[in-house]
Amino acid sequence: MVDVRTGKQAARSAPAEQLETFLPETEQDAPAAPARLGLVGWSRWTWRQLTSMRTALLLLLLLAVAALPGSVFPQRRIDTGRVQQYLSEHRASGPWLDRLGFFDVYTSPWFSAVYLLLFVSLVGCVLPRSRRHLAAVRSAPPRTPRRLARMPEHAVRVVDDPVADVVARAREVLRARRYRIALHDGGTSVAGEKGYLAETGNLLFHLALLALLVSVGAGLFTGYGGQVLVIEGSTFANALPMYNSFTSGSRVTPADLPPFSFTLDKLAVRFEDRSTSQLGAPREFTATVTVRDRPGAAPRTETVQVNKPLQVDGAKAYLAGNGYAPVVSVRDGTGAVVLRGPVPALVTDAEYTSTVVIKVPDARPRQLGLAGTLVPTGLRQPGEGWISIFPDALAPRLVLTAFAAAPGQDGLGVNSGVPQSVYSLDVSRLTQLRTSDGQPARLLLKPGETATLPDNTGSITFEGLRRYASFDISSDPTKGWALGSALLALAGVTASLFVRRRRVWIRVSTDGEGRTVVEAAGLARGEDAGLGDEVRAVFEGATRADGVAGRRTVRGERE
Amino acid sequence: MAVDENLAQVSNTLIYSAMLVYTGALGAYTADLAIRGRHGAGEPAGRPRVVPAGVGASGGSSSGSRSSSAGHAADGVDDAGPAVGASRLRTKAGGIGVSLTCLAFLLHAGGVLTRGLSVQRVPWGNMYEFSVAGSAVVTATFLAVVFRRDVRYLGAFVVGPVLLTLGLAVAVFYTQADQLVPALHSFWLLIHVSVAFVASALYTLGFSTTILQLVQERRERARAAGRPPARGRFMDALPSAAALDRSSYSLHVAAFPLWTFTVLAGAIWAESAWGRYWNWDPKETWSFVIWVVYAGHLHARATRGWDGRKAAYLVLAGYACILMNFMIVNVFFVGRHSYGGL
Ligand code: HEM
Repeated sequence: MVDVRTGKQAARSAPAEQLETFLPETEQDAPAAPARLGLVGWSRWTWRQLTSMRTALLLLLLLAVAALPGSVFPQRRIDTGRVQQYLSEHRASGPWLDRLGFFDVYTSPWFSAVYLLLFVSLVGCVLPRSRRHLAAVRSAPPRTPRRLARMPEHAVRVVDDPVADVVARAREVLRARRYRIALHDGGTSVAGEKGYLAETGNLLFHLALLALLVSVGAGLFTGYGGQVLVIEGSTFANALPMYNSFTSGSRVTPADLPPFSFTLDKLAVRFEDRSTSQLGAPREFTATVTVRDRPGAAPRTETVQVNKPLQVDGAKAYLAGNGYAPVVSVRDGTGAVVLRGPVPALVTDAEYTSTVVIKVPDARPRQLGLAGTLVPTGLRQPGEGWISIFPDALAPRLVLTAFAAAPGQDGLGVNSGVPQSVYSLDVSRLTQLRTSDGQPARLLLKPGETATLPDNTGSITFEGLRRYASFDISSDPTKGWALGSALLALAGVTASLFVRRRRVWIRVSTDGEGRTVVEAAGLARGEDAGLGDEVRAVFEGATRADGVAGRRTVRGERE
Repeated sequence: MAVDENLAQVSNTLIYSAMLVYTGALGAYTADLAIRGRHGAGEPAGRPRVVPAGVGASGGSSSGSRSSSAGHAADGVDDAGPAVGASRLRTKAGGIGVSLTCLAFLLHAGGVLTRGLSVQRVPWGNMYEFSVAGSAVVTATFLAVVFRRDVRYLGAFVVGPVLLTLGLAVAVFYTQADQLVPALHSFWLLIHVSVAFVASALYTLGFSTTILQLVQERRERARAAGRPPARGRFMDALPSAAALDRSSYSLHVAAFPLWTFTVLAGAIWAESAWGRYWNWDPKETWSFVIWVVYAGHLHARATRGWDGRKAAYLVLAGYACILMNFMIVNVFFVGRHSYGGL
């Protein structure tokens, strides 16, 4: 058995540039530090440090650590509401965390710095390696080392065949095993190398990671997305004003949005109604929509489910949520119908207890505002009022309180120019309506019922219930590139880790008595437990006329 | 689709039976180590020995799986010492351990299968099912390796954690058989989770091996310093630290592309469910961190100045992240993956 280290040391005596692409860094000599550092020397040294494996490792670990706070603290990009809540609960530490970017970890300067440095290091490391690898692929396998016995795997045998025959057989065997081969020492030694794919895969992996980063980055510039809420029976057209929220990359203008539209015909919803432990858990949501690719185009009908988005004109619409929109009609103090239609209610819990706000700015003589709760399957609880016990609409109830503005005044503020949330009612300039006994008026409505508001301010009818669906619409033109890069990275790293890079040499010479001596040796990159078998098989093939491998003789002759 | 309560009940019974048999296997493996430790005391692992000419380094053991890395793993184990060292000694207890593990695995797999049949879907929709199915994959992976190479010394360190996981699953995570919320109906869920299971199982084996490696290394250093370790004789029955290091490396090499695939499939799933392939939700973040740490580990192995031991600490960090991702993130962190069913 030959000591591995001795073998590799022997290998080091080969030309350095050959080994640089062959041996892993751990088995190469450390580069000497420059003796004196001028400005050029210094910058070169810095660049060397930045592109060293050690720095890459450090940055990798730093990246892991830097990514963690994003899982602990709420993130604005994911859930602004929870960030607000956190800030209001942690008045002392919150603002500091905010300033340090803990609520926007993945766009924070420190996180960006880590990954940008990592990728600069990557470029600086991978490009020279690619160049060297290309050269290695183009050039013939390196010359046969003088002392094969010092290689990690080695075998010798004396045979009867003439030298030329053995060399020919060695070439044949190596070729059959898909080695690239070269003849050296005047045709008496054969060098073979294979497994270039390992290094190719490794480079591909690192370059693909770079491509992935670029694709993700480009997506931020060219994508757009937002949320929309569509009530059964109504239509969404892909234009900015239709979105409840919208974000887009700097390269996207409103005119870039493709002019598709779709109508939500029906939203079928099913909740768990058998199992007691998960009663009310969502089981199925299916939206049936009629899509038009552009105004006037022929409509087509599609179904959308949670994992099955609607695909239309480069964009995808994902079913993100759903809820109820009670259909109401409101008459004002003059008896005129001033509002009629569905009003989307905001779902607040798993039983679909929903917040309802109805604003009636056109009511005369006094503007009206109603606020309250919709319970899809209502149950009256002593002390708690109405609660919902099941998310499906089995026994819907609308529980409202009513407010009115001073006659002739814009108490709702709808014309004030200040943007308002449709889900909240600012009551600061409204008066709560009370019954004759002075209690706040509470209206309880079943579908089909009408309630009269106090003080001749009007009446409200709960006509029925419709469902709405909210859709996440997004378009990310570089998605495909990101996926492609990721797949290449996966292929690359697999090749890199599973393909073995090996060198095998056969030298044939004549000893003092004129006999033919065959020597074989092998060197592998990194760990390679199979190298011994490989060398032995090649050796057997070269030394035996029938090419059949037999181990016993070899063993006895190994050092 | 209703839940078949009878089948669900059968599943529970199978899992309890599997736990019982695993306990027996654990006992057998422990006995095996104890016996081998006593035998091996005379020739501690890792000490240089005279080897008959030609018998040694990767000599002659099966070449059937040479091309695969798992094969190399076990080759590393073979390198550990002479053909008849303590680590190769076959005890009856070890054999019983393996047989019991097979039996336990059949029960365990049956439990997973009946659970799936009872709800007519893949049996990993909540934390309980996750733990049960995941630990079944760990056992399967271990058995797959054991049938190729003698890694019975790992038995106690694999069956132990499996038993612990099942215990946790039954006692803490238990959720009644039920159907999935719509976001979990997906082909990609199936792919994503099954590959994640296999990768995690390999990481689990790798972790156990690494722990043994670190312990072995301490003992070897102590011995080299002239202070033979007094306790833990059974460790002498195990391969040398260098051989364990090689095994652990091979396991991690096999796991890394699988974990890469897991993250990728997760992104594809997220894209098909929510429209964005990456949302940085806690589960995704931790999967990413795990990936980076294990990439760091492979990287470290090729970095000058990072010997086996330093790199081994990264394995500990990586595995801690896996546990964190599974146990803590599913349950306590708010995110789109919070479907643990607890
Ligand atoms: C995005 C960050 C990076 C990741 C995730 C990463 C990941 C990996 C992984 C998993 C391996 C082992 C697989 C293999 O051998 O092919 C590896 C190997 C390697 N990486 Fe990276 N790497 C990163 C950045 C870098 C950088 C910046 C450098 C240059 C300084 C670098 C240089 C290398 C080299 C030279 C190897 C081959 C090691 C060997 O000799 O076997 N990597 N990398």
